[in-house]
Amino acid sequence: MAPKTIIEKIWEQHIVHQEEGKPDLLYIDLHLVHEVTSPQAFEGLRMNNRRVRRPDLTYATMDHNVPTVNRNVINDPISKTQMSTLEQNCKEFGIELADINHPDQGIVHVIGPELGLTQPGKTIVCGDSHTSTHGAFGALAFGIGTSEVEHVLATQTLWQTKPKTLQVKVTGELGFGVTAKDLILAVIAKYGVNAGTGHIIEYTGEAIQNLSMEERMTVCNMSIEAGARAGLISPDEKTVEYLRGRRYAPQGEEFDKAAAYWLSLATDEGAEYDRTLEIKGEEIEPQVTWGTNPSMGSGISASVPTPSQFEREADRESVARALEYMGLEAGTKLEDIAVDYVFIGSCTNSRLSDLRAAAQVAKGRKVQEGVTAIVVPGSQTVKKAAEEEGLDKVFTEAGFEWRESGCSMCLAMNDDIVPSGKRCASTSNRNFEGRQGNGSKTHLVSPQMAAAAAVTGKFTDVRKLAEVHQ
Amino acid sequence: MEAINKFNGVVCPLNRANIDTDQIIPKQFLKRIERQGFGQYVFHHWRFDDEGNKREDFIMNQTQYENAEILVAGENFGCGSSREHAPWALLDYGFRVVIAPSFADIFYNNCVKNGILAIRLTEEEVEELMKKAEEPGYRLFVNLKDQDVFDRKGFVAEFDIDPYWKEMLLNGWDEIAVTLNLEDNIKKYEEKIAAGK
Ligand code: SF4
Repeated sequence: MAPKTIIEKIWEQHIVHQEEGKPDLLYIDLHLVHEVTSPQAFEGLRMNNRRVRRPDLTYATMDHNVPTVNRNVINDPISKTQMSTLEQNCKEFGIELADINHPDQGIVHVIGPELGLTQPGKTIVCGDSHTSTHGAFGALAFGIGTSEVEHVLATQTLWQTKPKTLQVKVTGELGFGVTAKDLILAVIAKYGVNAGTGHIIEYTGEAIQNLSMEERMTVCNMSIEAGARAGLISPDEKTVEYLRGRRYAPQGEEFDKAAAYWLSLATDEGAEYDRTLEIKGEEIEPQVTWGTNPSMGSGISASVPTPSQFEREADRESVARALEYMGLEAGTKLEDIAVDYVFIGSCTNSRLSDLRAAAQVAKGRKVQEGVTAIVVPGSQTVKKAAEEEGLDKVFTEAGFEWRESGCSMCLAMNDDIVPSGKRCASTSNRNFEGRQGNGSKTHLVSPQMAAAAAVTGKFTDVRKLAEVHQ
Repeated sequence: MEAINKFNGVVCPLNRANIDTDQIIPKQFLKRIERQGFGQYVFHHWRFDDEGNKREDFIMNQTQYENAEILVAGENFGCGSSREHAPWALLDYGFRVVIAPSFADIFYNNCVKNGILAIRLTEEEVEELMKKAEEPGYRLFVNLKDQDVFDRKGFVAEFDIDPYWKEMLLNGWDEIAVTLNLEDNIKKYEEKIAAGK
């Protein structure tokens, strides 16, 4: 048999119906649901007298709207309605729900893997573009719109045109102080927010293999920022070990059987991709974005670029516009940019290892006067584990706020908002205009770099701080 | 969804690349639980200032584009969040056709599912259209069956569309009903998987 990529293997195994001139009808193994993109889908079912075909393959949580200070104080009545609507819908259609006070509650892309719902070889969808996160396990996971959510609820399938395959190969090793977040930001800075459009990415190469499962999630999470609906990594022993003993993973003998199957999914030697992009691990520095889309970023040692540096007229215009919005002068050193807010959290960087890394920088230091810094764990499980290690103390002693889990300041749908004109170092994934609040200025960074910005009051090469510390 | 084939309307040129769905509909408006009523919020922060006053310099606020039904924009339109509120807002505002050199994948699908025709033209064609649309009252004609767009002055451009999506749009099908006709195939697949375990 011809060698195949993991993408082709999973795709072929899920075809329910195939017909000339049509997309393939794919079976969906896991459907994750949250409060913002689902109400209209459930309403559609009701209007047409349809049921949820497989409630047992559907799992819901609340994350986008939930308050992170006091769980029971939801100031916005419309947010409250959205959450109670999800509750009613789950009850009516028999779907398991981790609601606001549930011990498993968290950002949908954090809890899926944590609970072992996310597994290699599965097709996973959610009405959320960062569903690509689950690709870290070698699952085919992608975001869908609300009409598609309704379609999956009703049929457990989706019509999909087979995308092209794109290999993103990261060779060599990452340097000291360089994280998975820097890796993916560097890929997007180099190849652009359009690089993966119409493709599914497979990340390969030594630097990828060396990443932990949590780091792999950070990389796959931002596939959508590179334009790809899905990004994945072939499963290996690390994948298997991560899943062993998780609540929804197979147990006992079943687990060994499953593990053998999972490992068989890895891309075959010699399989071909439609395209390949490469980057050297050694080239990558800690990254900071300076603009209003995730490709507008560079290594911390650089300066804010001049629009005239760019070849295409369209780029010159959008860079000029971005700098104006961000209130930045071309030529300013990134290390000279002061911050007002620091946000450590989101489905990109809110897992235990992220919090540990940030805490290491924060430990024994103080958040600069005038800077508001918040840490929002990705889930209640992460929060509990962090507290058991005393990370909450490290953060609060340094002057960070320690919050309840949720999406929070990543998109500011709850009360966690960056005020207009204020600048935020954020570990999230999108620096769009107004993303963290109308008029807010977002700079994307790793958890370490965010903590470094908090304690120095400006963007700082975390490698310098670490040296002082040692 | 409403079927679409022949359509013509005033063109509004929005000359920016990478317009993300956070711009098309900011998150504070995502809390509604209905599909309707999002049009008033489309491009909110570009159309209105912090006090809620119309920004006169924003193109959609100019009188000549007030009744535009065709939006032309730069590459990678609709990137970012998967929120279907973005096409709902565009449609509710009155845009039935969106033209750009490229679209983000999820956004493109979301358009089809709502009867919005998203048309990919070449960068040169889009540029030309943007210029033409500066003329007050400029109308573009769209013919989905023939897969082309044209004006009264000789501009013609052809576009590609997946035949399946085309059929859906032309007929205004309910996709779920189409799929439910394949119930037997879905059942068979489920049985096969269950047996394999
Ligand atoms: S943390 Fe941010 S990016 Fe992730 S799911 Fe929540 S809102 Fe979306």
